[in-house]
Amino acid sequence: MPTDSLPHQPTEPAAPARAVRELDYAGTERLTMNMGPQHPSAHGVFRAVLTLEGETVVGVDAVLGYLHRCHEKLSETLTYVQYPSIASKTDYVAAMTSELAYVMAAERIGAIEIPKRAQYLRVLVAELQRIASHCLWLGTWCMDMGGALGGGATIFLYCIRERELILDLFESLVGARLLYGFHQIGGVRYDVPEGWAAECRRTMDIIESRLAEYEAMLENNDFFLMRTQGVGVISREVAETVGISGPLLRGSGIAYDLRRAYPYSSYEDFTFTVPTHDGCDCFARYRVRMAEFRESIKIVRQVVAGLPEGPISSRPGVKSVVQVRIPKGETYARVEGPRGEVGCYLIADGTPKPYRMKWRGASFSNLAVLPHIIPGHKVADVVAIMGSVDPVFGEVDR
Amino acid sequence: MMALPPIAVAAIAGFILLNGIVGVVTYVTLLERKFAARMQSRIGPYRVGPHGLLQPIADAVKLMLKEDLIPRAADRTVFNLAPVVFLIPCLLIFASMPFAPGLGVADLNIGVLFFLAVSSMEIVGLFMAGWGSNNKYALISAMRAVNQIISYDLPFLFAAMVPVLLAGSMKMSDIAAAQHGLWFVFYPVIGQLAFLAFVVASVAAENRVPFDILEAESELVAGFRVEYSGMKFALIQLGEYAHVLGTSFLTALLFLGAWSGPGPAWLGPVWFLLKAMAIFLLLTWVRWSFVRIRVDQILAISWKMLLPLTLLLVVATAVVVVWRP
Repeated sequence: MPTDSLPHQPTEPAAPARAVRELDYAGTERLTMNMGPQHPSAHGVFRAVLTLEGETVVGVDAVLGYLHRCHEKLSETLTYVQYPSIASKTDYVAAMTSELAYVMAAERIGAIEIPKRAQYLRVLVAELQRIASHCLWLGTWCMDMGGALGGGATIFLYCIRERELILDLFESLVGARLLYGFHQIGGVRYDVPEGWAAECRRTMDIIESRLAEYEAMLENNDFFLMRTQGVGVISREVAETVGISGPLLRGSGIAYDLRRAYPYSSYEDFTFTVPTHDGCDCFARYRVRMAEFRESIKIVRQVVAGLPEGPISSRPGVKSVVQVRIPKGETYARVEGPRGEVGCYLIADGTPKPYRMKWRGASFSNLAVLPHIIPGHKVADVVAIMGSVDPVFGEVDR
Repeated sequence: MMALPPIAVAAIAGFILLNGIVGVVTYVTLLERKFAARMQSRIGPYRVGPHGLLQPIADAVKLMLKEDLIPRAADRTVFNLAPVVFLIPCLLIFASMPFAPGLGVADLNIGVLFFLAVSSMEIVGLFMAGWGSNNKYALISAMRAVNQIISYDLPFLFAAMVPVLLAGSMKMSDIAAAQHGLWFVFYPVIGQLAFLAFVVASVAAENRVPFDILEAESELVAGFRVEYSGMKFALIQLGEYAHVLGTSFLTALLFLGAWSGPGPAWLGPVWFLLKAMAIFLLLTWVRWSFVRIRVDQILAISWKMLLPLTLLLVVATAVVVVWRP
């Protein structure tokens, strides 16, 4: 990685506007190109500094922090009642999972019992959220490869149409469509309304049938296969050392899923498989996520069929924001989000507010794999690989 | 009736044709947007006029009113000239196109050659736009443009040679007349293969998805036209659509029998337009259902598949032409 490609550490005074900067390495001309922070395929605000030799990427550097909103400091100033709805905003594409990680950490320190019905509802929304998040991933990934003015936009709009159905379900459950505030310490805030279960089953049927359509449209398309197969290979060794999680890890043939490895919130009650693929490339990650769609649908059906009766929270209704106090202690709680392990390290000091909190964002850790897989690919592959990593920058920068 | 001097006739015909093309191109964008919207389970433009019929006019007015930005670092002369240089060949391709027997600006005896030669001239404007913008995205896009045009002009040319050989003439009206009875697309084997190769090569020459690596907005933002705004952007857009339209007409003429169709002779131009629109919708269908392919894969498809195939086709056609009864 040449130091010249780190523009945030300028080593020379700003060049006049007309000068073309030529870097002379080993006789070939190199070009430093910024991809982002404002870029159509940036999935948020991410700046990748690419060093190019012709069309080939020889180096990549990431500049983060454009979406930094002081989440961890914020958590120290907000009470246990207030913060869960802010936790939604770390990974705003999968708001339910980050909320869950936070309340689970607090509950673990306080040794708070969760009623069975609340646990099942948590699993239900987590899996619906996974489907919604994967819908958005498939759409944006195809748009990265196919263009907003091409076939990618077609898939994108189909996926958004399906995601909409799930957001409708969330809306009738919570009243919000993107950031929910559904979880609270001791359980969940809302119970399923009447007729919701039937609507949920119908939605699952629709999405399941549409999944087959996407697969037919993409996998019978040679251009899609050419763009994804053999691109962005994360070998098993790299996957194990870099610290990636979620579909990326499973796309490299490692069957590791927190829902199976360390079950939480009654995941042990449900039957599902942990899909893996040995391809290690973008196509393998695509296949893993497509299989996860189906597994999530399977879990949602099981939850809806077996939802136990009982209270939805072990704590009385909240009358004041300082009502919940967590005793002194610290813990690390983690959940399997759509993008991988979402962890929350929480230190409580007995007051209504945490002493310190640290997020482990799945997207942030997954981004670390980029320098291992991008060099050597063409510029066009960078967006395909970035899309297959599926980063959400709210979670990266927090 | 007083006979006008030939130069005046040509000028009037050219004037009518140019305005006709600009009008059709404007509405072709609406057709594409509506068609794409239906594919994507949307409605498409609907607000301006009944069923969005005035949308293209609203777009044109909007683009004219936009601020015209010139980057400080741009090469002003090249930057300002590029849209014009790009647009002229795109409109000039219609010059040799007859729309019915005797209805056209200039039915040259090398009509097809003229069309192909002029249409590949647009690369000059493209490269000027990419170079003059002094932008890395635009530069990479211009580099890709040159690559792609060089690779796809040859198969484009060879595929066009098949109808030319079958008709035994490069004059467009002769080719249309030679398809009286049997359209070249229905010519056994050769016709279909040549049609396919021609359509693929023309999509590439028009820089549309899946071959739109020049624009590639997810990688290069908007490619060579990233720095353009307002009317200059509109000119580039107009040129691209004129090129697509021209190629659709050429495809209809070379393979679909041009103006032949049931009904009286004056319906000829209508048939021609309908066929061209059918081709245009075919290209649109492809555009809105494929993902873009990579630059090296595009070149590989051209040099390893399309070029040998079209070369073989030309040879096969020559053999057929010599040996046919």
